Amino acid sequence: MTVQQSDLKLDGNAIGGLLREIFAMEMTTAVGTCASCGAVRMVGEVVVYLNAPGAVVRCPSCDAVLMRIVHGRGKYWLDLTGVRCLEFSA
Amino acid sequence: MSFISRGFRGKRRDVAAAGRVPPGQYVVDDFPVLSAGPTPRIPVAEWNFVVEGEIDEPKKWTWDEFRKLPTEQVTKDIHCVTKWTKLDTAWAGVSVDTILEGVEMAAEYVVAFSYGGYTTNLPLEDVTGGKAWVAFEFDGQPLHPEHGGPARLLVPHLYFWKSAKWVRGLRLVNENQPGFWESNGYNMYGDPWREQRYWGD
Amino acid sequence: MSSRGPRLLEWQLGTVAELVQETPRVASLVLDVPDWQGHLAGQHVDVRLTADDGYQAQRSYSIASAPEDPRLAITVERLDDGEVSPYLVGEVRKGDKVELRGPIGGYFVWRATDDRPLLLVAGGSGIVPLMAMLRHRAAAHSATPTRLLYSSRSLDDVIYRAELERLGSAGDGLAVSHTLTRNQPPGWTGYARRIDRAMLAEVTWPKEQMPITYICGPTPMVEGAASLLVDMAYYPATIKTERFGATGG
Repeated sequence: MTVQQSDLKLDGNAIGGLLREIFAMEMTTAVGTCASCGAVRMVGEVVVYLNAPGAVVRCPSCDAVLMRIVHGRGKYWLDLTGVRCLEFSA
Repeated sequence: MSFISRGFRGKRRDVAAAGRVPPGQYVVDDFPVLSAGPTPRIPVAEWNFVVEGEIDEPKKWTWDEFRKLPTEQVTKDIHCVTKWTKLDTAWAGVSVDTILEGVEMAAEYVVAFSYGGYTTNLPLEDVTGGKAWVAFEFDGQPLHPEHGGPARLLVPHLYFWKSAKWVRGLRLVNENQPGFWESNGYNMYGDPWREQRYWGD
Repeated sequence: MSSRGPRLLEWQLGTVAELVQETPRVASLVLDVPDWQGHLAGQHVDVRLTADDGYQAQRSYSIASAPEDPRLAITVERLDDGEVSPYLVGEVRKGDKVELRGPIGGYFVWRATDDRPLLLVAGGSGIVPLMAMLRHRAAAHSATPTRLLYSSRSLDDVIYRAELERLGSAGDGLAVSHTLTRNQPPGWTGYARRIDRAMLAEVTWPKEQMPITYICGPTPMVEGAASLLVDMAYYPATIKTERFGATGG
């Protein structure tokens, strides 16, 4: 059973629901600046790996981890340190 | 519990072999691929494995040198924190005891680190005494990159996120340093039998 | 009808009103969802299935219906080794209830009030959100110049084939192009290869006309098409992408 690596690579649209749970607003149009390389992208465009113990969001330009989101036992653990700045509005 | 979807069963999950299946787990017969990033592609000609950190002299092996070390065939049950358990998985690898042979081990912990940047932390005593391997074959075949090849750490008695894919070394450290998942909600230790999935479990 | 706002996303139950077999492996579920707040073309819903032992599986599915439609439709491709899709396409019956939440997504949406020339590029089941856009376009009586380039393996795999033919001959500025990558019927006059630069150049508008593009399908196809358009000097900000993993099922 060979799973193509590309099968596991999604984008920010795939965590639209999860981010709605956390931020209580639509976040796929939020704009983030990668803390590693400075690339500026909408969340809908960033790379997302969901098939993992948590969601790992990566910069499409440099692959650095932008966010990690773990959800379990009724809690969320959110690491946004890979995003220098996240811009969004209601 | 809320709504039940009429007729939905989901993937085949056996509640068989009680006593072999930790709490909250179900048995699968495929081998799910989980990924936190792009799959590293490391040609064996470029592969190295190191032991470094609190050690007098760091050790390093090329692939050829590594493959000359004594290899063991082991069959183990593995348990992923995402709830699947796979029974009787067959591996070939070098025991971490062999890798650490001759190393003065004053350090109490290790950090396993991988190509691609993944890390995970373990107490030294959980990777010694016949409990851990650096595995390069699964089911008689060279370990596929999707499953961590050329080589991955194999520590079956803990949740499988501790069995770092694409492992390239062990760093001996004095303090327990949380790795990739341990620093983001996952349990520092990860014993499936005590269901230690998250912080505070 | 809003796509955002500080409203909590709650799970709702929809009742299957109709099942439409689109192709041998693809079916649409048309749902009655009481209190559905409306959606925008391109958004999706999360569907959650619960087995009687409490086991749950969740997947996202693009909404296929136009915002103007009274019922909510999703279109699902059955993946043989999938977990959720064989249930939705195969087990679900009229009258069954399906748990869903949405609409979700603000990035990959198109409104008929946008009159910029529109290019839609679909690979396989990536046609679904783009179909919602085309249905919305028709319902809104838009005459925005629009081209759809739709890649499928064979003619039998083309989802919404008859409806696309009808929409494409309505004379309201929509042109539909198909490419069949694996096999073509005798006498086929459409494209017969994977999407490449030449094909995109024939289908889209000159960049001076500032077209906007939506690309949806499997990750390699989406990334390939987007890269080609960027290489052709189309502004990246005018290209929106949605990747469907093959493991979506």
